[in-house]
Amino acid sequence: MIEFHSVTKRFPDGTLAVEDFSLVLPSRKTTVFVGSSGCGKTTLLRMINRMIDPSSGSIEIDGVDIASGSAVALRRSIGYVMQNSGLLPHRRVIDNIATVPLLKGVKKADAHTQAMELLDTVGLDRALAYRYPSQLSGGQQQRVGVARGLAVNPNILLMDEPFGAVDPIVRDDLQQELLRLQHDLDKTVVFVTHDIDEAFLLGDQVVILEKGAQIAQVGTPKEILANPASDFVASFIGADRGKRRLAVDSTVARSGDDVVLVDGAGYVAGVIEAPGGVLPGSGVGVGTNSRARSVSNKTDQAGDA
Amino acid sequence: MNLFLDALNFLFDPANLTGANGIVPRLVDHVWYTGLSMAVAIVIGIPLGLLVGHTGRGRNAVVALSSAARALPTLGLIFLIILYTGLGVGPLIVVLVILAVPPLLAGAYSGLEAVNRPTIDAARAIGMTEWQILLKVEIPLAMPLIFGGIRSATLQVIATATIAGYVGLTGLGRFLIEGLALRDYKLALAGAILVIALALCVDAILALAQRLVVPHGVARGLTRHPDESAAPTPRQHGRVSTAPSNP
Ligand SMILES: Nc1ncnc2c1ncn2[C@@H]1O[C@H](COP(=O)(O)OP(=O)(O)OP(=O)(O)O)[C@@H](O)[C@H]1O
Ligand SMILES: [Mg+2]
Repeated sequence: MIEFHSVTKRFPDGTLAVEDFSLVLPSRKTTVFVGSSGCGKTTLLRMINRMIDPSSGSIEIDGVDIASGSAVALRRSIGYVMQNSGLLPHRRVIDNIATVPLLKGVKKADAHTQAMELLDTVGLDRALAYRYPSQLSGGQQQRVGVARGLAVNPNILLMDEPFGAVDPIVRDDLQQELLRLQHDLDKTVVFVTHDIDEAFLLGDQVVILEKGAQIAQVGTPKEILANPASDFVASFIGADRGKRRLAVDSTVARSGDDVVLVDGAGYVAGVIEAPGGVLPGSGVGVGTNSRARSVSNKTDQAGDA
Repeated sequence: MNLFLDALNFLFDPANLTGANGIVPRLVDHVWYTGLSMAVAIVIGIPLGLLVGHTGRGRNAVVALSSAARALPTLGLIFLIILYTGLGVGPLIVVLVILAVPPLLAGAYSGLEAVNRPTIDAARAIGMTEWQILLKVEIPLAMPLIFGGIRSATLQVIATATIAGYVGLTGLGRFLIEGLALRDYKLALAGAILVIALALCVDAILALAQRLVVPHGVARGLTRHPDESAAPTPRQHGRVSTAPSNP
């Protein structure tokens, strides 16, 4: 469990990046910080591994103030994955993954064996182990970055827009992989993104931030979608423009038990199951102009993540 | 052309090789002055340059100092020092060190400055100490530029060490001075050829050393790993690879 207690960060140049931020990030869950550029997401994340020190307030991990120990020891106990993988260009993939275990004194052979297993874990071929980072694609580099983050078997994994620089298809792939990993490994993940779809897909707890890391709303994706706390949130998640307010399309002839859903602008958003012409849980027959409140087809897995 | 042949004749005449004023003892002296000055200059210049590069502090002072040192007239300086200390190897080494430190400094700090900031940030974020960042990340990645500084400093020192001949020491500069004084131009030319040949040989050796010291993957246009040419490897989980493969 990570707790922020009234954390404020003012940079030397006077920028107030985070102002009086308090939040509990539950263990073994994924918390996503989402908000537009410059709202303080990275600053929040980097205060957890003491890459940035708060100006005031405190952060606790499992009840222990992180400022009490050494910063290096703290960082070695936390996985960190960043946008451009941050791999060391002069080390082969296998040595990149094994970096921290080797620093901690793990025997080279053991560290390499474990690094090979981590390649499997993140879905990379073991043949890539002896390449240099520049010989990998962006998506492959990100996977290596995740493997390195997992190498010390940390309880906490910090991820700062890890999939921001890869193309949408690879991003989809990586997101699914992360969901699978999280299902298997049960880490406390703190994930930063400015993509609300990604936030809803990956987050158990989603924190929507405004400038100065002011919490606009915190909750599960379902809660936020069902009850946007403010116009800002509604606008941020796209609810106000009708992007997420879906309706059954009555103009298309139905075949089978699926009905087509359209968004507020009339674009096709996906299909929904309606066995026997009845929407599950609603008891409402389809074909009329009944409206369904739902997430888009891309985010509908968020609820069971 | 004749002069050139005469100079070559002089160089390849075994009689000129040994003896108190022969080629070999003077070459040895020249190499000795160079080696000693470079050793002292490296001990001073590289750590200072690394410090400046790692912390980013004192950069302006170092730049000013370096360009001032470069502007000093070497010959004038050595006579000035000799006026105070008397003849000896000491003043020569001092002058050569002053000459060699600026390129070493510049190579070291610009090498560190050239290292990609996010890479250093990542190294720190995964838990490297400042020393580990310097030794395992910054220095290896800065190696090409650090070595560039060492090579250019060495060449300058080899060329300038000829002034040893003016201040009562030996070295290959003696051939130049004696040749000019006696109007024996083949001797002077032979001396010049020797200095050039020494510089080329030493640079070649350093180039070789550089290849050994600079880590693979740092050198630009790095060579592909042998398996690179193999067919794209499928992912572990049977998923169709959507990542663009490397060209
Ligand atoms: N080292 C720094 N010195 C001064 N100001 C900074 C520093 N780092 C960040 N800031 C400022 O703090 C604010 C928050 O920055 P932060 O990097 O946390 O934003 P972010 O939410 O991660 O944005 P993005 O989505 O663009 O990455 C911004 O206004 C930024 O300009
Ligand atoms: Mg950021």
